[in-house]
Amino acid sequence: MKLFLHVWRQKDRTDPGRMETYNAEDISPDMSFLEMLDEVNEKLIQEGNEPIAFDHDCREGICGTCSLVINGMAHGPERGTTVCQLHMRKFQDGERIVIEPWRAKAFPVIRDLIVDRSSLDRIIQAGGFVSVNTGGAHDGNALPVPKPNAETAMDAAACIGCGACAAACKNASAMLFVAAKVSHLAHLPQGQPERSQRVKKMVEQHDQEGFGHCSNQYECEAACPKEISVKFITQLNRDYLRACVSAKD
Amino acid sequence: MPSSVPTKRQLTPNSLPPGKGLLAWTLPVFSTTVGSKLLVGVTGAALTAFVIVHLIGNLKIFSGPDSINSYAKFLKDLGPLLWIMRFGLLFLFVLHIVLAIRLKLRSRSARPVPYVSEATIQASVASRTMIVTGLAILAYVVFHVAHFTLGWVQSVEITPGIYTNMLDLRDVEGRADVYTIMIYGFRNPLVSILYLAAQGFLFVHLSHGVASTFQTFGANSPRWQPAIRALGWAVAIFVCVGNSAIVLAVWTGYLKPLI
Repeated sequence: MKLFLHVWRQKDRTDPGRMETYNAEDISPDMSFLEMLDEVNEKLIQEGNEPIAFDHDCREGICGTCSLVINGMAHGPERGTTVCQLHMRKFQDGERIVIEPWRAKAFPVIRDLIVDRSSLDRIIQAGGFVSVNTGGAHDGNALPVPKPNAETAMDAAACIGCGACAAACKNASAMLFVAAKVSHLAHLPQGQPERSQRVKKMVEQHDQEGFGHCSNQYECEAACPKEISVKFITQLNRDYLRACVSAKD
Repeated sequence: MPSSVPTKRQLTPNSLPPGKGLLAWTLPVFSTTVGSKLLVGVTGAALTAFVIVHLIGNLKIFSGPDSINSYAKFLKDLGPLLWIMRFGLLFLFVLHIVLAIRLKLRSRSARPVPYVSEATIQASVASRTMIVTGLAILAYVVFHVAHFTLGWVQSVEITPGIYTNMLDLRDVEGRADVYTIMIYGFRNPLVSILYLAAQGFLFVHLSHGVASTFQTFGANSPRWQPAIRALGWAVAIFVCVGNSAIVLAVWTGYLKPLI
C-alpha cells in the first residue's frame, strides 16, 4: 500500500505547530496503524530527520495510551477500537490520511501527536475513588452486589481513560469519562458513602481543567474505543441533580 | 464581664452551620457546566410549555372571531397577573439565552486549536446548530413582539386611504379584534414568509432541545429513549405545523377578514 500522510508536527508546548506531508510506501495491509507509523519513523531516522512522536504502550487495545485523531475521528474510523488495534486494511491504497493529536485546552500538546492527559488524573484524584480501611481481605460474599448492578458497573469500568470522548466532542467535554467513573462506583455498595460528594467534586474538577460542556450530541459514544454508553451521562446528570438538591450537605 | 458564649435563646431551630445554606447548593448549579445545563433545560422546558399553550390559544382562530377575541380579552383581563406572567417569561427567556451563550463561549475556548480535518459521526445537524437556531429565534421573537404586541410594524388600511394601527382594531363588542389583526398581519407576504422561516428554526431547535432536556435531567434511559425521541419530534412537528397552518390558512383564503 502507498499512503499520503498529513501529520501534525509541533516541537513543544509553545510551538504553534503545523501540518507536514509524508509518503508511506510498501505498507502491508496487515500492519496496525502504529506499525505503519513505526515504518515511517524508521525511514525518517535513516534520512536523519526527527521521527514523529506519538503515544503508545500496550498495543493491544487495553491501556488507553494511544491517542490519534485520524481524518477527524478519534482512534480512526473503526468503531470500538483503539488506534493500536486499527489495521491498515481499513484504508484504501493511495489514500490521504490526516493525523492529528487530541485537541482540547485541557490536553496541551507536548510534542507532535503526544498530549498531556494529566487533567484526567486530576479528575480521578478529585473523587474517583472509594475510601476504605485496608486490612484483612473480606469474605467474597459478605457484600452482596446484584448481578445487573455488577454488570452495569463493569460496563462503566471498561473506560480506559484515553480521552477520545473529549477529543471527539464538539465542545471538548470529557463528560463521558467523568460519567463512566462516577457511574462505575455509583452502582457498587462501596461507592455509596461518597456518592454525592464524588459527583460534585469530579464535575467541578472537570470544569476547572477547562473542558467544555456536554450538549448531548453523543459524538463521544461513537468515538469511545470501549463503547461506553451515554446512558452513563444520564446517570451522572441524575446523581449531580440529586447531590445538589439533597439536604445532606 | 459578660460572656460571649451564645445563650440557649440565641439558637434558631433547623439552622445550618455557616456556609452551608441555600447559596452553598445553588451556586454550583449556576457555576458548573452540568448545573448551567440543568438550568438551560429547565428554562427551555418552561419556554416549550409556553410555546405549546401559545399555539393552542392561537388555534382558536379556526373556531371563529368570537372564540379568539374572547380568549384575548380573558388574557387582558388578568391584569397584574398577566404582567407577572410576562415578566416571568422574559426572565426565563433571558436566563435561557444568557446561560446557553455562556456555555457556548466556554466550550469554544475549550478547543483553542481547531482540527484540520473535522468529521461528525452521529451528532445531528440540529444538535450542532442550537446556538444558530436559538439566535434566529431570538431575532424572530423581538420582531414578533414588535409586530403583534407593540404594533410597530404594520398599519392596516380597512377603509381606503385611512391607515390605522393594527392594535387599535375593535370588534362589535369593543374587544381587541385579534382575529382581524392576525389575518391582516399574515396577508403581508414578507411578514408571513418571515414567520414561516422562524417556524423552521423553531422546529430544528425543538427537535434536539426537547429530547435533550430529558437527558440533561437524568430522565433518559435505553428503555425510554425511543419514546423520548418520538416526543421531541412530536412537539417540534406540532408547534411547526400548528403555527404554519394559521399563516397558510390566511394565504389560501380559508381565513378571511370580516371587514
